[in-house]
Amino acid sequence: MSLFNIQRDHARFKNIIKGKIKQDLKKYISNGDMIVRKGKDTVSIPMPQIDIPRFKFGSNEGGVGQGEGNPGDEVDQNGQAQQGKGGGQAGDQAGEHSLEVDLTLQELAEILADELELPRIEAKGKEILEKDKDRYTGIAHQGPNSLRNFKRSFQEALKRQIASGNYDPENPLIVPIRRDMRYRSWKTTQEFDANAVIIYMMDVSGSMGDEQKEIVRTESFWIDTWLRSQYKGLETRYIIHDTVAREVDEKTFYSTRESGGTLISSAYKLCMKMIETEYPPEQWNIYPFHFSDGDNWSGEDTKLCFDILNSQLFPKINMFCYGQVESRYGSGQFLKDLQEQFKEGHDKLSLSKIENKEGIMKSIKDFLGKGK
Amino acid sequence: MQPLVLPPELRELQEKVKAAVKAYGLDCFDVIFEMLDYDQVNQVAAGGGFPKRYPHWRFGMSYDQLSKGYEWGMQKIYEMVINTEPCYAYLLNSNPYIDQKLVMAHVYGHCDFFKNNYWFSKTNRKMLDQMANHASRVRRYMDDQGEDVVESFIDRCLSIEDLIDPYLPFQDQKQKPAEEFNKPKAELNIAKFQAPRSYLDTFMNPKEVMEKQKKEAETKAKEAKGHFPAEPERDILKFLIENAPLEDWQADILSMIREESYYFVPQRMTKIMNEGWASFWHSKLLTEKLLDPSEFLDFADRHAGVMVTQPGGMNPYKLGIELFRHIEDRWNKGKFGKDYDECDDMVRKKHWDKKLGLGRQKIFDVRRSHNDITFIDEFFTEEFCEEQKLYTYAMNPRTKRYEIKTRDWREVKEKMLAMLTNGGQPLIRVTDANYKNRAELLMKHEHHAQDLDLNYARATLANVSAIWGRPVHLETQVDGVRRVFTFANGDFSEEK
Repeated sequence: MSLFNIQRDHARFKNIIKGKIKQDLKKYISNGDMIVRKGKDTVSIPMPQIDIPRFKFGSNEGGVGQGEGNPGDEVDQNGQAQQGKGGGQAGDQAGEHSLEVDLTLQELAEILADELELPRIEAKGKEILEKDKDRYTGIAHQGPNSLRNFKRSFQEALKRQIASGNYDPENPLIVPIRRDMRYRSWKTTQEFDANAVIIYMMDVSGSMGDEQKEIVRTESFWIDTWLRSQYKGLETRYIIHDTVAREVDEKTFYSTRESGGTLISSAYKLCMKMIETEYPPEQWNIYPFHFSDGDNWSGEDTKLCFDILNSQLFPKINMFCYGQVESRYGSGQFLKDLQEQFKEGHDKLSLSKIENKEGIMKSIKDFLGKGK
Repeated sequence: MQPLVLPPELRELQEKVKAAVKAYGLDCFDVIFEMLDYDQVNQVAAGGGFPKRYPHWRFGMSYDQLSKGYEWGMQKIYEMVINTEPCYAYLLNSNPYIDQKLVMAHVYGHCDFFKNNYWFSKTNRKMLDQMANHASRVRRYMDDQGEDVVESFIDRCLSIEDLIDPYLPFQDQKQKPAEEFNKPKAELNIAKFQAPRSYLDTFMNPKEVMEKQKKEAETKAKEAKGHFPAEPERDILKFLIENAPLEDWQADILSMIREESYYFVPQRMTKIMNEGWASFWHSKLLTEKLLDPSEFLDFADRHAGVMVTQPGGMNPYKLGIELFRHIEDRWNKGKFGKDYDECDDMVRKKHWDKKLGLGRQKIFDVRRSHNDITFIDEFFTEEFCEEQKLYTYAMNPRTKRYEIKTRDWREVKEKMLAMLTNGGQPLIRVTDANYKNRAELLMKHEHHAQDLDLNYARATLANVSAIWGRPVHLETQVDGVRRVFTFANGDFSEEK
């Protein structure tokens, strides 16, 4: 047994924290700002310090300080715990402690899945989706200097010097020569993996305000998180449209504001083109998401959209998700039109109406609850 | 994971420090230094200095915080020493030699304090074993009862772990004489007619009347017996252990937590003195005996780091060392007694020097008998307050910010004493275990200046109720008005 047994307590504490996050998941989901992406695979979630309740004094009644200043001067209250030796200070007033909890995206996705009861996604065509992967596994005599293995090189040099009698233990000077150099070398292996792409489309016409975009941003974070936990290589593409559609980067996607009319079909056409040229459906799991306030220019264009969906998109994709965000001008027709067009529903179509931030959680379940 | 062996140069250093410590007349337990890496230090620190504690998530939480604090470069634990015989102290293996020197000297200061201060005289010096003992007992209960059950019971106990009586170990442990409990019940005094014939008794003294009288007499007797507890009880943990309907394992856990609480109390009561004393001696030992000239700058830097006081804060290390120095200086120069106190001539007072040289003896006496409260109460003077630039601060309701209120030494002293009273915790006692004659528990908060944090108070009340098994009440004051909060059957309410 080890001298300490902190690991058990630490794991226990982490579990309690995860439980808290689960409890408050709705709050975190509707408030996208709270979760900060840290690096590639981790997020940081702020949460209030968990604490054992005790009888303690309430309001901060001040205290005793030391230093310069005249009566009436402001005192910095942030100086909580003393650093340096030991622990706190006599009569310290505990501030509002806050925990920063680091979770991997995988853990976050698991919590999300548990809470929303999301089914695991059945990926298609796993066998044929292969990928070359380089792994450093061996040591070679040749290679670029950037891959030099110092330890091995010096070991070789030491061996050589001892063998040739050039090694002096009193003055252990080891000089590797060309022949001693060793380099890391790699092997290429083939890995089978499922690839997925999310194509986000958003209506940026005049009626989509900042609040609507915030909803889309938050929702897409969670969709990303979930799909990322299900597929190893996840790509995301972004399309914005008013009457014409164009592809943009992530930042532009959330920040652009155009005005004017809306032709939804333009986005679907561009999306279709993207799939045809870059994402052959037999190798990719494709998830187009479209967010709009539901106002389309004309019934004719709506019809065109249905055509594209039915004849071109549906055969190629895993799931088409349409989310209608309620704007301050109310909500448009498009959702209703879709519902009428596909009265019995369509197994590749997922519809959701997002009325406000609180509706995000339900909407995620609408979209991802089908397990496809 | 085993602690690293102390390298020879540090073993040598320890001998040197020990010799220096002896030369100054410090009287220490043996000290065993163990060398740990930063992760091990964090683990031990999470357990309050003890490598073996019972399983509980809160140790994991502090470990998490310490690790992050270290990794982000915000804090580092230099030194840890626990009050046992022999004393165990931990050294961080990544510290440079000069730091180890300082830490060792500091540790010996603490160790002298542990051994000689009166308030530590009742602590269990074999606490290392006792903690390990507790750990295995709790683990056994977890095996029997289930981890969750036991851990959440511990949560409840920890919620009230501070509710003990710090002075209890120093009172005469006069047990109540046993006969008080076993006294035969006093004859009930019932008025009765003396029947001339035995068969007339039931007629002259009808059964119903007798019953009624008997009942009245019983209630009277009960009232006469009065309250339980007879005196308000400050050691609420003890009260619950003895009187709450606990299962054996629960009572055992509660008593372990009480025992650990009592163990840590003296450190809370002497924080300023203990750190002041250790700092006084590390400074003395290093500057007068142990430092190599080349190490002076580094020492000054570390020492300044320990003494730094943030605005709006009070650093016990700084306050303690300065007050000890102040006392030493006063007794060296004879700045005490009637003559000095009654002297009105400020110039004469300032240059007062009777060359008594009693300072060293005095501070040794002080470290023997005082705790933080009496230390401040007796030796905090106007000169000291001025010299140390101390002030009180408070929230200014108009500007909504904390502002310096005054530098008047009397107010500073009063504030300081108020903050130290009962370790800065509210003073709460059990006053009635049969409140409203329904076996409900009434606790009373002795209200002085500050109100309780009501959210915390409610949550704590719920925990007490879970242990007591019946509704509990807390009497306190909010904004100067008496209020009684109740937790009963899963709900909070307030008595009108």
